[in-house]
Amino acid sequence: MIPAAFDYVAPTTLDEAVRALAEAGEDGKVLAGGQSLLPVLRMRLAAPSKLIDLNKVAELRGVREDGDAIVIGAMTTHYDVLRDSLVAEHAALLAEATGTVADPQIRHRGTFGGSLAHADPAADLPAAATAMDAEMVIAGPGGRRTVPVGEFFVDFFTTALGPDEVLCEIRVPKRTGWHAHYEKFNRVAQAWPIVAVAATVRVDGGSIAEARVGLANMGPTPVRATGVEQALVGQPATAEAIKAAAEHAAEGTNPPADGNADAEFRQHLARVLTSRAVSAAVGA
Amino acid sequence: MTATVEPEVGKARRRKEDARLITGRTRWTDNLALPGLVHMAILRSPMAHARITNIDASAARQMPGVLAVFTGADLADEQGSLPNAWPITEDMKAPTAPSIAVDKVNFAGEAVALVIARSAYEAADALESIDVDYDELPVVLDMAAAVADGADLVHEDLGTNSSATWIFDSGEAGTGGDVEQAISDAEVVVERTYRQQRLIPAFMEPRAVVVDPTGEQFTMWSATQIPHILRVMLAMTLSVPEHKVRVIAPDVGGGFGGKLQVTPEEVLTFLAARRLGKPVKYNETRSESLLSAHHGRDQIQKMTLSAKRDGTVTGLKVELLADMGAYLRLVTSGIPILGAFMFNAIYKFPAYRFVCTNVFTNKTPTDAYRGAGRPEATFAVERMMDELAVELGMDPMEVREKNWIKHEEFPFTTVAGLTYDSGNYEAATAKAKELFGYDALRAEQRERREKGDPVQLGIGISTFTEMCGLAPSRVLGSLSYGAGGWEHAAIRMLPTGKVEVVTGSSPHGQGHETAWSQIVADQLGVPFEDVEVLHGDTQSSHKGMDTYGSRSLTVGAMAVVQAADKVKAKAAKVAAHMLEASEDDVEFASGAFRVKGTGAEAKSVSIQDIALAVFAAHDLPDGVEPNLDSEATFDPENFSFPHGTHLCATEVDTETGRVEIRSYVCVDDIGKVINPLIVEGQVHGGLAQGIAQALFEEAVYDESGTLTTGTLADYLVPSAADLPTFVTDRTESPSTTNVLGVKGVGEAGTIASTPAVVNAVIDAVRHLGVSDIEMPCTPMRVWQAIRTGRPDAGGLGSEAGGGLGSIDTSGGTQ
Repeated sequence: MIPAAFDYVAPTTLDEAVRALAEAGEDGKVLAGGQSLLPVLRMRLAAPSKLIDLNKVAELRGVREDGDAIVIGAMTTHYDVLRDSLVAEHAALLAEATGTVADPQIRHRGTFGGSLAHADPAADLPAAATAMDAEMVIAGPGGRRTVPVGEFFVDFFTTALGPDEVLCEIRVPKRTGWHAHYEKFNRVAQAWPIVAVAATVRVDGGSIAEARVGLANMGPTPVRATGVEQALVGQPATAEAIKAAAEHAAEGTNPPADGNADAEFRQHLARVLTSRAVSAAVGA
Repeated sequence: MTATVEPEVGKARRRKEDARLITGRTRWTDNLALPGLVHMAILRSPMAHARITNIDASAARQMPGVLAVFTGADLADEQGSLPNAWPITEDMKAPTAPSIAVDKVNFAGEAVALVIARSAYEAADALESIDVDYDELPVVLDMAAAVADGADLVHEDLGTNSSATWIFDSGEAGTGGDVEQAISDAEVVVERTYRQQRLIPAFMEPRAVVVDPTGEQFTMWSATQIPHILRVMLAMTLSVPEHKVRVIAPDVGGGFGGKLQVTPEEVLTFLAARRLGKPVKYNETRSESLLSAHHGRDQIQKMTLSAKRDGTVTGLKVELLADMGAYLRLVTSGIPILGAFMFNAIYKFPAYRFVCTNVFTNKTPTDAYRGAGRPEATFAVERMMDELAVELGMDPMEVREKNWIKHEEFPFTTVAGLTYDSGNYEAATAKAKELFGYDALRAEQRERREKGDPVQLGIGISTFTEMCGLAPSRVLGSLSYGAGGWEHAAIRMLPTGKVEVVTGSSPHGQGHETAWSQIVADQLGVPFEDVEVLHGDTQSSHKGMDTYGSRSLTVGAMAVVQAADKVKAKAAKVAAHMLEASEDDVEFASGAFRVKGTGAEAKSVSIQDIALAVFAAHDLPDGVEPNLDSEATFDPENFSFPHGTHLCATEVDTETGRVEIRSYVCVDDIGKVINPLIVEGQVHGGLAQGIAQALFEEAVYDESGTLTTGTLADYLVPSAADLPTFVTDRTESPSTTNVLGVKGVGEAGTIASTPAVVNAVIDAVRHLGVSDIEMPCTPMRVWQAIRTGRPDAGGLGSEAGGGLGSIDTSGGTQ
């Protein structure tokens, strides 16, 4: 498990990192926590000629408040996201999903931005970010731009990031007081989900006023389950009503088939797990 | 110097080994750094079955740091054929088994080229520039198809994919009746076919080997279970004089049978070192380990059980297909045969027939994996007892009670011809039922069924036995095994009274150093701390049969006890002389000799005093050699037969197919216990591996013969997070065939637990029309079984997913 040879730079500022990436061109690759990239390199499934390591870029770490959003630096580790009080208060769904990522060792190394930029549709955080309406702040040679989560994920392992761009922070709209639950269905604790459902809802007067549901491993990108969101709004926050609405959870999905699940089973799971996620979120 | 008064045996001592292992102080094989060490990497075939038409290594030879590239053609004349030590029948077909393929590959993962370079990095880089041209051949994967007429052949020169058919028939053997008669006379016949999926031993330390050819002897360090057997086999395979080979197994990080092997990698490292005249290291990657180290299980089991309406069993017929993979490794051919004696289990079947056909396929060879033949047998018979209970409308425990050997019937000679020396199935079962709350769980199960709870409860039983302590040499001889089953030990009394114990057992995680020290402390009356256990080096421990088959305690420790007896016998002569008494008048207790009947206050000489006196040798009785050191070789008179009752309660989510183990109780009877803490560890680890077969693990090949579970992200080894809290307890029926009264515990948990879990899963959903679910009982399989009754959904996915998230890892083997 030895990767092919590569050059390595470790810039200390974002500007340097962007420059280094531009210089490296197509063969450059950004190294964040390395929890996805290093296995790929070691198995020689990829062989970039230069790694730009962001671990020394201090400005990319941490969580801050910015008006009606919280802003999470792309290099913030899962562990730091998990114990952050702003995340806990305003983005409970993210904390829930982050707590299920792999194991404690990986959560201390892996980063929020790294997981999103890797864009594995089976991963936890892309689905959670989708349900949270996150916005990706991207830095490139021409400056910064912001991309809504729905446009960020393009395909399997493919995002809106250009080859010379770095995901630098994630703006997450505050969902203070919303209920949230991340329902993950996997075979062993450290495995990727077969299907997972990230659900967060606002309850007003015993009824669901707003709902956001993101699905993991139900297609080539994380899926926003808009059908079930619409079906939930206006419904009483009861198990029966939620279960009925959750029947819409798999609408429009085109899930993959593998040894763990065929498409039919995944769609079935999406419905069952959505019902459970929303019920758990509201305590129904 | 006072000796320990409280016996060491029975103490839950923490292991001597653990400090160096936990703090990383030990040196594993891969930690060795010899002067001038060079590194080997192996290019492996991505094809399951193909002719090699060309290998172009010219570019690799020019790469930086590369010292040599060898192909099969380069080594064909000196590599010999990897040994198979178990010709189970006179006409068994065994293909030539090269360590590196010469002109044809027969499984994906077989070695096709070696690079030796100054660094492991340079060796890995050079592998990529070797071009191999393959001419693909039809791939043989399915056992039933492989033995059908006109099947494509794995080895064309053998003319068949069937290696051998081995039969045991109680009618012919005179150990029981004719099973066909029993079946035709039966009031009830139950027929089922079970699939033992292919498993991967998945030891923690990958295989590693270093060979130093620069001394007078070749020295091989290897992460192996069997340094002694390896030495003999290297000598026989490579025509190297045995006395010119030294094998060292340093601390070894697990084996589970997976390192009971003479591996291609060991031979190739040896050949490379001999060619280059330099020390060479090979350390496999995890992916190589999963792909090419031998696999386990993989059988199709056709079971026919006959019984009376009252539940009394009358006959058992077992027809197996056993997947050998592409070659016969060291004991590949004999693994299913080890199960032949265990299908009848604890039950008094009056007639029994076992027929096993060993089949070649284009897959990684199979061989020993924890339990080796016995888990397969136990699974099938314990599933069948549940099926019989359902057929008769009886409680599954009642069916078992009706048929098992009663405690007063021991010793009992079974229909398979083994004599079980001791056991008490009633006592273990009673204890297990009480700890489990059997009746209350049955009541809850009824309640959940009645109200249609989406989460159903199931109860699974496994009342198992196994045969351990491999093995009486005469029995191995009768089974055509290529070696004996004895074990050797030696005890050296040092002048200062400290003790060195040399053992031919070769621990790789079991804690022999602790257990042997406890035994010797009691035997010689010396402090536990004063005992050092030497093992795993054919130079210090020159004679041995190594560690597998739960044999170390029942065979290896018995050799230690016998060596201690000889030390005491020698010491008695000196003691009598020192006490000015006749030898007949002295007795040994608590580490000292006294004149008989003189009491604890009388003059005594300790074993340490005697050791010093013998070292000085100034005043020894006439004719007494100045040496207390002794050795012994123990050959057991019988196997040992641990048993136990395992009870599992599962909650099956009928909406998702997820299985959760709610409680797991096991009461094992392993005879006397040396160290309860070590036993607890063995049971926990064993349960984890048995449960893993039931619920999680499977080596999956796609239709081209590519292993799709080639990483630990795809091959799902459960962790503590996936397993329940185990409730363990013991009953104690001492073995009557060794003086320690021990039976062995290394494999019990693995053997017993798989059927307990699967029986519990089926029991939870049987009322929904499910009578079987193939292992592992994945959520999709369980869900599909509930919906459609199909037992085998999923499992053969060649598409991406699961592993590295959505990354398809099966394309690359490195």
